[in-house]
Amino acid sequence: MVPLQWYLMLSAAVFTIGVFGFLTRRNIIIMFMSIELMLNAVNISLVSFSHYLQDLRGQILVFFIITVAAAEAAIGLAIIIALFRNKTTAHVDDMNEMKG
Amino acid sequence: MLPKLFFGYFAAVITVLSILVVTRRNPVHSVMWMLLLFFNLASMYLFLDAEFIAAIQVIVYAGAILVLFLFVVLLLNLREELKANRFIGSWPAGLIVAAAIMVSMVFAINSFVPGPMGTYSIDYIQKETYTKVLGEVLYTEYLFPFEIASLILLIAIIGAIVLAKKRMRS
Repeated sequence: MVPLQWYLMLSAAVFTIGVFGFLTRRNIIIMFMSIELMLNAVNISLVSFSHYLQDLRGQILVFFIITVAAAEAAIGLAIIIALFRNKTTAHVDDMNEMKG
Repeated sequence: MLPKLFFGYFAAVITVLSILVVTRRNPVHSVMWMLLLFFNLASMYLFLDAEFIAAIQVIVYAGAILVLFLFVVLLLNLREELKANRFIGSWPAGLIVAAAIMVSMVFAINSFVPGPMGTYSIDYIQKETYTKVLGEVLYTEYLFPFEIASLILLIAIIGAIVLAKKRMRS
């Protein structure tokens, strides 16, 4: 039997890689894919909790997370298309009009 | 022994594939590695007795979301992307933040104590069949969140059309 902690470690590793990609990549689409990676890391831990604690609520939560991820992907990619139409670049460090 | 071997395979492949997704220069390659990652995740969900989640992982994530990503990647031009820098100038700061998050999560996991067991044991689920049990929980206890999810999808449809529509010049 694989311990629950191993799955949580795998989930933490995938989440960390997602955080790294989100913070360091210049391409906005890859940043967006890093967000999906983080959502998937959460899904791993929820499914393993659901399996080890014998409770189906974790899988229901995964169902809702996938719904929200689909909605988020549609809206986010529409925003990327609108940005690209105005700026003709996909690099986040070229978008500095607001001087943030 | 055999479950640990399976877990080792999944852990190694999933970690390597997520690193590949994050570091590839060409976004199309990233999307392809992510497709492979999602299939591996789906088989790991099968390994964890979550058939329905494995199915919607393949159908929704690999079938719908990644195809959307691929469309958008192909809409944007890749010529300059292949020559430009992959990472922002201050990428070591991002690496430090990610490492700090990893360390804190490892400490949290090491001191983790599981809560009380639920009532849906493997034998019960096998007796009642998996989809029926899942549907009962989803449509009774989580009926209101389910309705909110449908509203979120409606907002996503309208928002995507409004945002991606070409602005009329009058």
